[in-house]
Amino acid sequence: MTNTAPETTTPAAELMLGDDAVAYGALHAGISNAYAYPGTPSTEIFTRLVREAQAHQVTAHWCANEKSAYEGAIGASLAGRRAIVTMKHVGLNVAADPFVNSALLGLGGGLVLAVADDPGMHSSQNEQDSRCLADFARVPCFEPATAQEAYDMTREAFALSERFQVPVVVRLVTRLCHERARVQTRAAEPQKPLQKAGPRQDWVLLPANAKRLWSQLLAEQPAMRQASESSPHNVLREGAGRLGVLTTGVGRRYLGEVLPEMAQAPPHLHVATYPLPAARVRAFAGQLDSVLVLEDGYPYVERLLPGIVPARCKVLGRESGALPASGELTVVNVRAALGLPALRLHEQAALELPARPPRLCDGCVHRDSYGAMLQVMQEIGVATITGDIGCYTLGALPPYQAIDSCVCMGASIGMAKGASDAGLRPAIAVIGDSTFLHSGIQPLVDAIAHDTDMTVLILDNETTAMTGGQPTELPDTRLLPVVLGLGADPAHVHVFAAHPRKVPELAALIRKEIEHRGLSVIVVKRECVQTARQRKTHEG
Amino acid sequence: MKADVVLAGVGGQGVLTVARLLAEAATVDGFHVVQGELHGMSQRGGAVQAHFRLSDQPIESPQVPRGRADLLVGFEPVEALRNIAWLAPGGRIVTAIRPIANVPDYPPIEKVLEALRQFPETILIDAHALAVAAGSVRAENLVVAGAAFSLLPLTRGKLRGIVQKRAERWTAAERDAAIKALAAGRAAIGGAPPVHG
Ligand code: SF4
Repeated sequence: MTNTAPETTTPAAELMLGDDAVAYGALHAGISNAYAYPGTPSTEIFTRLVREAQAHQVTAHWCANEKSAYEGAIGASLAGRRAIVTMKHVGLNVAADPFVNSALLGLGGGLVLAVADDPGMHSSQNEQDSRCLADFARVPCFEPATAQEAYDMTREAFALSERFQVPVVVRLVTRLCHERARVQTRAAEPQKPLQKAGPRQDWVLLPANAKRLWSQLLAEQPAMRQASESSPHNVLREGAGRLGVLTTGVGRRYLGEVLPEMAQAPPHLHVATYPLPAARVRAFAGQLDSVLVLEDGYPYVERLLPGIVPARCKVLGRESGALPASGELTVVNVRAALGLPALRLHEQAALELPARPPRLCDGCVHRDSYGAMLQVMQEIGVATITGDIGCYTLGALPPYQAIDSCVCMGASIGMAKGASDAGLRPAIAVIGDSTFLHSGIQPLVDAIAHDTDMTVLILDNETTAMTGGQPTELPDTRLLPVVLGLGADPAHVHVFAAHPRKVPELAALIRKEIEHRGLSVIVVKRECVQTARQRKTHEG
Repeated sequence: MKADVVLAGVGGQGVLTVARLLAEAATVDGFHVVQGELHGMSQRGGAVQAHFRLSDQPIESPQVPRGRADLLVGFEPVEALRNIAWLAPGGRIVTAIRPIANVPDYPPIEKVLEALRQFPETILIDAHALAVAAGSVRAENLVVAGAAFSLLPLTRGKLRGIVQKRAERWTAAERDAAIKALAAGRAAIGGAPPVHG
């Protein structure tokens, strides 16, 4: 059945987040399906999609992890339907397997991956640049600079995906995701009819098929490059002088901010589409002595330029040292790179200001868990506590300073196993319920298989709290059957309903299970106070 | 005409809500608007910063550049001080004075306020007391919103309409307190002229 989506649910030129713009771009491109795992700064794309799903007759599901989400989108494409999948940059590491391989398939419905990078690491463990992953998979990528472009390019990405039968990446950064600006939406396209994509040989990646499909993907590269060369999103502005500026994404806006202060506008090429439109870059750089690259993230374009620009043309950017190697572009560092004098800034030297890091909410269940662990530590001395990703990562900061590591989603359990295997005992893994379902189950299977001497604490707050309280994929009542079903010894699996008064009791339980010379699992549960509050407001 | 505003406070104070209200009000007035914020780690009782830019010309940078803010809006005095580098020469500070001392080494409040007074044209308002008088402690951020609003080149009355629209689910008492809080914030500014860059 083909559904015609409502014309538009937003009045013309509404103030919206960059993330919202991506969501509406996808809805108005006629998606039928949408999948995601939350992660700052991408979360609000999907919150919007979930809110609009019913009105647009779209299936929008939060998933257990990014890999599952991505595979859902491939399935929708197999059904001939358009689908979007959204995640943060490190989530794409989890989804890298289906992402890279989906480039070889003979996709049916357009498949768009909206991925949000976090240069400056405002709420992430690294600042990896998803443009490199799009390149790695040999697929096209858009890099919008404004919320309006985020809307327009998301829409366009679906058509490009169908034209080349490859996934297309829309690469976002924090500032764009979380900026509110006016966006002009346009009438929606109808959804695509259900029509299974074929032939089968284009979907079964046996070596014989994969070799052929890989050759095809490589053979398509010149055409993808040509599409990028002719894209109207890449704009050349004439200017004076022999220093040219090449901007990508939001880099253009920092240049725009300082332009009025420059004696003359430099020649400027803005790049918004990849593969890099090399011919346009070559034409731009022809008469220049140097090119300054303003890009947020890795020196991706900067590294591609040698070999494209004439040999005498110097390439300046993050790698050359003209800009800081890490962190976001800012008006301050762009000014410096362009040789403009620094602004005099107000200072206050009178007072030393206290740092104010984020902290666990008052009444948070994690306070009980860390309180109990500190008690245990006082009794037994040292232990190795591997942490994971969620609100409870804040247990690394004062007053608890309780965890020894935080690496990636699910790592706490695998690392506790390795540490214990290597002799670092007692080993305790601390992981949240949502993170456990995301990628903690697999390493627990390994720990159960070897009855590793370690204790796993699953902190069950019944939500994905850190990103704003998205539902977890399984109701918390099913956590226990999952753990037992994997084969954990029921004598050493406990569910503990936490209460601030019961901290000593929790400490005693942890202590007892640490002393057990095998695997123990303790599920500590109480609802996140923030979600509880939201639920009450909605119900009340 | 343009105005660049940086808003600073502590997670949970409603900083992002006020940034959004101001952005909506400026949109109603026909300005180009860009408003930026950070979600995630910053929200749990930590320092929060939001940016808001309005202009009759298209706006470039998504953030107010350091040293360019015409107005620094503090929801908490230490957070106002922390963001002083954003303030432009001749820029103005308006800040609530109630300390949120959720950190161990919070300096004496008199010292904090004294440091703020070093900057010419700082306006200190007891937003907490005004909110209580308006009928709701929770309306402290709306007192600050009212004060910030009257320092911007925006048409009076718009903010009230926007708050009323958002407040549809509130009780009559809550709505009443909100409107009073906005007015109290405006009154606290007195006749100070609007900022603009
Ligand atoms: S949001 Fe929920 S889980 Fe996170 S710190 Fe607050 S109460 Fe704890």
